[in-house]
Amino acid sequence: MSATETWGIGAPLKRKEDDPLLRGRGTYVDNIDLPGTVVMVVVRSPYAHARITSIDTSAAKAAEGVVAVYTGADLRDDWKAAMPCAWPVTEDMKNPEHFPLAVSEVNYQGDGVAVVLADTRAHAVDAAELVDVDYEVLDAIVDVAAAAEDGATLVHEELGTNVSYVWPLESGTFDESADVIVKHTYIQPPLIPNAIEPRGVVARPEPGGDVTLWSATQIPHILRLLTAATLGMSETKLRVIAPDVGGGFGSKLDVYAEELLAVAIARRLGTPVKWIEERSENALATIHGRDFVTTLELAATKDGKITSLRANVIASMGAYLQLVTPGIPLLGAWIYAGPYEIPNYSVTFTGVFTNTTPTDAYRGAGRPEATYVLERTMDLLAKELGMDRVELRRKNFITEFPATIASGLTIDSGDHHASLDRLLEHLGLEELEAEQQARRDRGDTKQIGIGFSTYNEMCGLAPSRILGAIRYAAGGWETATIRCLPTGTFQVVTGTSPHGQGHETAWSQIVADQLGCDPSEVEVLHGDTSISPYGLDTYGSRSLPVGGAALWSAGEKIIEKAREIVAHQLEVAADDLEYEAGTFTVKGSPDKEMTVKGAAWAAFAAHNLPDGMEPNLEATATYDPPNFSWPGGAHAAVVEVDTGTGDARLIRYVAIDDVGTVVNPLIVDGQVHGGITQGIATALYEEAIYDEDGNLANGTMAMYLVPSAAELPSYELDRTETKATDHPFGAKGVGETGTIAAAPAVINAVIDALSHLGVTDIQMPATPERVWRAIEEAQQ
Amino acid sequence: MHPVTLTVNGARHELELEPRDLLVHVLREQLSLTGTNIGCDTSSCGACTVLLDGQSVKSCTILGVQADGAAITTIEGLATGGELHPVQQAFHDHHALQCGYCTPGMVMAAVSLIENGEAGDRDSIRSGLEGNLCRCTGYHNIVEAIAEVAGATS
Repeated sequence: MSATETWGIGAPLKRKEDDPLLRGRGTYVDNIDLPGTVVMVVVRSPYAHARITSIDTSAAKAAEGVVAVYTGADLRDDWKAAMPCAWPVTEDMKNPEHFPLAVSEVNYQGDGVAVVLADTRAHAVDAAELVDVDYEVLDAIVDVAAAAEDGATLVHEELGTNVSYVWPLESGTFDESADVIVKHTYIQPPLIPNAIEPRGVVARPEPGGDVTLWSATQIPHILRLLTAATLGMSETKLRVIAPDVGGGFGSKLDVYAEELLAVAIARRLGTPVKWIEERSENALATIHGRDFVTTLELAATKDGKITSLRANVIASMGAYLQLVTPGIPLLGAWIYAGPYEIPNYSVTFTGVFTNTTPTDAYRGAGRPEATYVLERTMDLLAKELGMDRVELRRKNFITEFPATIASGLTIDSGDHHASLDRLLEHLGLEELEAEQQARRDRGDTKQIGIGFSTYNEMCGLAPSRILGAIRYAAGGWETATIRCLPTGTFQVVTGTSPHGQGHETAWSQIVADQLGCDPSEVEVLHGDTSISPYGLDTYGSRSLPVGGAALWSAGEKIIEKAREIVAHQLEVAADDLEYEAGTFTVKGSPDKEMTVKGAAWAAFAAHNLPDGMEPNLEATATYDPPNFSWPGGAHAAVVEVDTGTGDARLIRYVAIDDVGTVVNPLIVDGQVHGGITQGIATALYEEAIYDEDGNLANGTMAMYLVPSAAELPSYELDRTETKATDHPFGAKGVGETGTIAAAPAVINAVIDALSHLGVTDIQMPATPERVWRAIEEAQQ
Repeated sequence: MHPVTLTVNGARHELELEPRDLLVHVLREQLSLTGTNIGCDTSSCGACTVLLDGQSVKSCTILGVQADGAAITTIEGLATGGELHPVQQAFHDHHALQCGYCTPGMVMAAVSLIENGEAGDRDSIRSGLEGNLCRCTGYHNIVEAIAEVAGATS
């Protein structure tokens, strides 16, 4: 094994990030304890929809330790702009004005109405109880489909409608006279992302009106830009630091009220302000995911060739538009046909307000929603056609790449048959089906089912021109700097902002592979706008597809400059040099060589550089991806369902993913494990439940079932590898694949387990009650 | 205020505590042992798990005054002489942590499971970890790490 195989691209290098985290030396926001800090607590509306008629803060202000109390009206003039939404998906999209604290009306349970600042958390919590808010309670609307109807209770009366926008994508005409048409409506309930670290913020005023903001965020760069804009500050006055961040999954991809409040109040008071979210507060105040009602239709020939797809999606925005709320459905718009070639394609999204926590990106963001309805409907179509569900998938796979799909984009690469073949090798389908038949024949209480999900996703956000064309406010590039330090070490500055993904390790491997060093000689800096002034942060499985490509491009620039230095020093022509893994050799004279590290010293000393060359060896590259990243794969779930109690348990999960070149298989497997777990949780356990008045009924970790190890099996993973042709070393995104693929595989398995009893549909999550009722109804 | 004596990671502390102070707040705020994280407010997530007289407890379920006289080990006290504890090392070797926020509690729960002989196979490990939630890893590698240290048979 060569050296690079143990630590370069493809090596299972153990993570550099681990040591401090294992020793309890993480620097999460709650661990930042600055002298003179005042603690902020937000007073939140207990009602989902109400007018604020008065707020009396006098008792709270007089309470022990209280420094200040502010209402929405008190702070209204601090905001030079409303809370930002960066994705106005249509020209006429309705976007209600929304400030960090409500001024006159609250629109979801948990909407902030006042803040209390005190010397200790206990004093702040105690005083928050004394803020006396009078509300005139209004009717609330929670159900997204009902909210979309004419005459529904209005969330924002001033808009005259609950519909924020209608966004269509159409190509071809649906074949209404096809041999077979299947149509089904699916509910995908709201989900609470539940990163184990709740959100948190510390804002420290600096001399001259500057502020340093530490936030548990995925997006320090975007946060700086939009916080400065909202407060009317110069960007140069605000430094944002994302320290160790305890998971995000999209929920920390936002500009939140508390971040803006902390900065504004730190400037007012001249003291550091700290806010740490409680878990039950997180359930209300941090964005939710999903909450879609989708009707999907597939038309096919009688031999199983799908000719048309039509999706009609009603997507809840929640009460307000957060950073990218309206764009979340669009992130799935191009992949409702998944890995299948379907010539006629139509998707329509209706974005609708409800009196619930705003929705926004949650792992997969639009693509799990698309994949779920497609893969469920593939099983329905197979049943309708009397065709094997695996064969139906095979018959419709896209096989020629690059493939321009009906929705208009081009998939660069993929091999769906290879993934499915590999899945079937691992699965042992015949034995499973024999076991299933045996249990059916015996009439066992516990039945098993096998479910499939073959998927193709679109990630690696994103080509800036396409983002512009679909009205997203910013671009999708990423930037990286490599500094070759004189002692033979490398400093990397990346615009990505990891929160568990292991960029320090993976980025070190890329540099080590390309520039010929040990990963331990690479330092990776991130998550601080004063260190990395440009960046577009981490979400949408973009960091390796875009940020990794930026890093590679910076490395290429380093090699090109080093080549000139080496040629000069060795007194040969640059064209006579060969380069491999950090070392230049002279063609025909292999004993004459010089390394990148040697060139770095020469560039630092600058005694003997080519005429006119700048000293030092450093390069920055900004990479705008030419295409999205298109990972795919084939997953299967095996569940055991207790037909007496309705309890569905996952007993096996096999995942074959094709994410192109793998930089670190340990990290990639870890991403897949975590991703599929969230998909499984979506299928079996998780749902934010609101009552009809908009009260969140299960807003604690005791009530909302984030699965533990006890609910889950170990997973069986393998990969196929089709290199991305649009990426410098062939990598594709992996952060969301599992979540996108898993939920339909699990639900298809539950339905398969009960199909002999006549069950054809079960709504997510497939709780024991839902499963039991589905059996009961089918038996009647 | 109540006088309370705690021995934490071998060091004796004499503290004055309010009756409502949770042990986790005492550890984090009074002793600056911020390795013990807070992830919920319903004693569900286990991020704050520590050893109290050798047994794993969620330090948010214990009042500081209840711990009077106890010996407590937090994540900061687990490595000896700079060397990672075998469970910490196994978490590193198996990539059993991503964001790291649940990790201190997960490691302490695992140490307790192994010491109590409750990690003999992967099913036992999974049931033993029921009170510790991780959102990143899907538990697969956590179970593998613990199984290795415990010499789990299946």
